[in-house]
Amino acid sequence: MPEGSAIERNDTGYPIYLDYQATTPTDPRVVEAMLPYFTERFGNPHSRNHRYGWEAEDAVETARAQVASIIGADPKEVIFTSGATESNNLALKGVAHFHRDKKRHIVTVVTEHKCVLDSCRYLEEEGFRVTYLPVQQNGLLDLDQLRAAIEDDTVIVSVMAVNNEIGVIQPLAEIGKICRERGTYFHTDAAQAVGKIPLDVNAMNIDLLSISGHKIYGPKGIGALYVRRKPRVRLQPLITGGGQERGLRSGTLPTPLCVGLGEACAIAEREMAGEAARLEALRARFYEQITARLPEVYLNGDTTHRIPGNLNLSFAYVEGEGLMMGIKGLSVSSGSACTSASLEPSYVLRALGVEEEMAHTSLRIGLGRYTTEAEVDAAVEQIAANVSKLRAMSPLWEMVQEGVDLRSIQWAAH
Amino acid sequence: MAYSDKVVDHYENPRNVGTLDKNSGDVGTGLVGAPACGDVMKLQIKVGAGGLIEDAKFKTFGCGSAIASSSLATEWIKGKTLDEAASIRNTEIAQHLSLPPVKIHCSVLAEDAIKAAVADYRAKQPKTSQAAE
Repeated sequence: MPEGSAIERNDTGYPIYLDYQATTPTDPRVVEAMLPYFTERFGNPHSRNHRYGWEAEDAVETARAQVASIIGADPKEVIFTSGATESNNLALKGVAHFHRDKKRHIVTVVTEHKCVLDSCRYLEEEGFRVTYLPVQQNGLLDLDQLRAAIEDDTVIVSVMAVNNEIGVIQPLAEIGKICRERGTYFHTDAAQAVGKIPLDVNAMNIDLLSISGHKIYGPKGIGALYVRRKPRVRLQPLITGGGQERGLRSGTLPTPLCVGLGEACAIAEREMAGEAARLEALRARFYEQITARLPEVYLNGDTTHRIPGNLNLSFAYVEGEGLMMGIKGLSVSSGSACTSASLEPSYVLRALGVEEEMAHTSLRIGLGRYTTEAEVDAAVEQIAANVSKLRAMSPLWEMVQEGVDLRSIQWAAH
Repeated sequence: MAYSDKVVDHYENPRNVGTLDKNSGDVGTGLVGAPACGDVMKLQIKVGAGGLIEDAKFKTFGCGSAIASSSLATEWIKGKTLDEAASIRNTEIAQHLSLPPVKIHCSVLAEDAIKAAVADYRAKQPKTSQAAE
């Protein structure tokens, strides 16, 4: 493979990273804050009898307060977990199990992350009923459908704050209000939302909220779950043992990771407004350039209710994996079937009513803290060049240029 | 997913991309796959007076393995008789390109595309000339 020129790759020789919804690098300021807690301040934060333990406990509690602050919560309402997957499992299974004798119904949305959907499937096998609400064409929940779906024995409504594929922001305050009125808990998976949009658990009536460290420039392997105290949310732990984290999540806390998550939240809270404005400008630059260069590029998901760092684009008549192979200097993600073993295109795009053939042509472009204008320009250049090249060898593009309606053709499914 | 060197080579330097006149009597066209499945191949052959395939062109919507499979197919069938071309097996294509199991369907599609092009050409020929072949 020929070496890419400077403009095709970043200065480390790696492809330009445009997959910030998959994960983020740990901010060097976060790493710096973490380092002492691996070595000289290695104490067990649960050791109450000596200085090593006290120091670690202070660090963990400072981190807890930093996490609480970014969502407007009280530090006592935050428990540390291994990540958003565990937080989502604990929120759903924990609440459902605690209330199983009285309430047996759960409401969620078809575009949720797999860990929410899979937790719901698991609860269905245990006898719970689950309503999976559809979304509108823009990816947003229809509030009337939500109202209609809540039943007297609905124990919890789980709706993600920001979708990981299309970046759309659900109307959290409105959902929270409905849930409060109907006396059901509101859980939101905020892995993609924390640090990107302002969140306030009280103003939004959120009862449980999941946080991920590595999506917000913190370390991997740490997350948090906000659990409301007033009125108190009761849940059954998944992991039992020493009774740490108010008995909801036993196990010795990983002090350096907690410190890292706290620092990541503190930085995000301080810099969110400026970062959002910068990313919005970069995204507009990307979108304007790519649509000026190429016809038939479609944005998936709502244009305005969307985090600044996400673009999900369908490049009609060019298959996503084929395109990814050409844009070697870029690291992006595709909704194409071929990137997964399942051979099914993205279930999120399908839920929006995006036709299968268009779902196959989608790329998710995630911009973040370290994305530069030069990287955006280089990415546009590579994508435009490759889409043009692949369209020139696409039989579908050729047929459409000739005026053939692709729907008129009897395709053989294979 | 890591691609084999041969897949990368065909993807970056595809052989015989293009279009032949599908209305011409000496051209056979095969169009297989479906947009909804993420792969569509169009493969065309031009058959010379001696019954040999003298030109082949393709266009493919699909992943790198699908593009490589159809590119390789056009390369292999040039200069062959219709029967020889139609006897190419997907396993030969898959083996040559070192396709992983999840990409075998790309080679199946290429085999189908060749057969469809040959069938289309044959269907166009007047009965007498077919008998004379």
